[in-house]
Amino acid sequence: MRQFSYEKASDPGAAAARAAEVQGAKFIAGGTNLLDLMKLEIETPVHLIDVNGLGLDTISETEDGGLRIGTLVTNTVLSADARIRRDYPVLTRAIAAGASGQLRNKATTGGNLLQRTRCPYFYDTAMPCNKRAPGTGCGALTEGAFSRQLGVIGTSEACIATHPSDMAVAMRVLDAVIETVTPTGMTRQIPLEEFHQLPGDTPDQETALLPGELITHVTLPAPVGGRQSYHKVRDRASYAFALVSVALIRQADGTGRIALGGVAPKPWRRTEADAELPNGARAVIARLLDGATPTEENAFKITLAERTLAAMLKEA
Amino acid sequence: MSPAINFELRRRTFIAGTAVAAVTVGMSRKAAAQTAAPVGAESTTVFLTVNGEGRELTVDNRTTLLDALREHLQLTGTKKGCDHGQCGACTCTVNGTRVNSCLSLAVMHDGDEVETIEGIGAPDAMDPMQTAFVENDGFQCGYCTPGQIQSARAVLDEIRAGIPSHVTDDLTAEITITDAEIRERMSGNICRCGAYANILAAITQVAEDQA
Repeated sequence: MRQFSYEKASDPGAAAARAAEVQGAKFIAGGTNLLDLMKLEIETPVHLIDVNGLGLDTISETEDGGLRIGTLVTNTVLSADARIRRDYPVLTRAIAAGASGQLRNKATTGGNLLQRTRCPYFYDTAMPCNKRAPGTGCGALTEGAFSRQLGVIGTSEACIATHPSDMAVAMRVLDAVIETVTPTGMTRQIPLEEFHQLPGDTPDQETALLPGELITHVTLPAPVGGRQSYHKVRDRASYAFALVSVALIRQADGTGRIALGGVAPKPWRRTEADAELPNGARAVIARLLDGATPTEENAFKITLAERTLAAMLKEA
Repeated sequence: MSPAINFELRRRTFIAGTAVAAVTVGMSRKAAAQTAAPVGAESTTVFLTVNGEGRELTVDNRTTLLDALREHLQLTGTKKGCDHGQCGACTCTVNGTRVNSCLSLAVMHDGDEVETIEGIGAPDAMDPMQTAFVENDGFQCGYCTPGQIQSARAVLDEIRAGIPSHVTDDLTAEITITDAEIRERMSGNICRCGAYANILAAITQVAEDQA
């Protein structure tokens, strides 16, 4: 791990200004992903700004009947909140499907959204990776590469990594909005839909955040009801990243919303695919994954997504 | 508590020292390309309460909570397995919550209360979970055991606190302690010897005794 200096932030705006001012600075909250990457020198911050003292660790009700989640609320606390379990069960289900108990106790809401891909070529510093070292190429797209876990849609010739979060997939079907504070002290609202960027030619640019900009809250609109479920398919029964995951909200009349995890560089949702829900899994996935460019190794994810959704629709 | 063992030169320390030297040579080239530099002290003094005892430590900012416990406080009961949060051998509790101590920086825990395996029991006064692991053969080599026991105690607390898991059926009902609940919640602790069936039996025994 590289040497770094360290400070504790006491005000969100000041923390954002400081992060923009100090070259090579990063925020640290739970640290469960950042420290892992720092040990491997994939992340090499020279200054850490600890935001744990900012007090952004409560969940409050909004005027329009939604919930405003402080960025420092841990995954465990968020998943266990009685209001979340009752009104947004897809979010509890998604969080509980991710990581381990120890990690969920430490991982935060904002940090979960900002976690980096688990692509093996991103993690292996001996391999090329346009996300880790822009311009070096994509190790996952070389001859004989292992791409089984990687993305099938929204990817580019520069990068086929997936976003690993389960929580974000549920938040995407719930139309969550991210609140931030910028280095100039302005607050900003970013719909989750616009938060994660597709890789294009710049896979190192992962989010809509400006340099130094700090996530302060995630807001959920008023509950939409319906039957909510999250189904994660993975190589073992617990503590593994998704091959495919499906977040589904289904209303009594057959309409609903669907987002996929494990297939794209961001939680994957298309409103035109939502509209196909009354027509069954095949119609939904055909629309949702239209334009997919899988590799030979991960083409199975398209069939798997369709069959997972079919099973979920049958349960209802 | 047993006194810490202070060999003059431990084999692992020697190897680690050699590895650090090798890394430093490899880094000099990269470091030259790196323009940004730390903007303050590279070490910090923190005050931790460990197993009820106040401890003041000055550590390199890079020191994980795990390394602070093992290398600075000689509390070697907490184990380093993967050092990346994948195995759970380093599990201990911070302010009553179980975490991977390898994925947290000591400097982030100023003022926190940490409990390690040394704090929950001793050979002549074992915690019920330690007794249950012994009675049920919940280990073979024993390396993952401190983390397993720390996690196991926290798992029962988490169930009682109503924290749902991936296998919880009804999110609004009281959670019942089942084999599936225990297995799912213990999935962050890996046992290379495969003592899982006996670990499950040990945790179940404690859960039933406490019911």
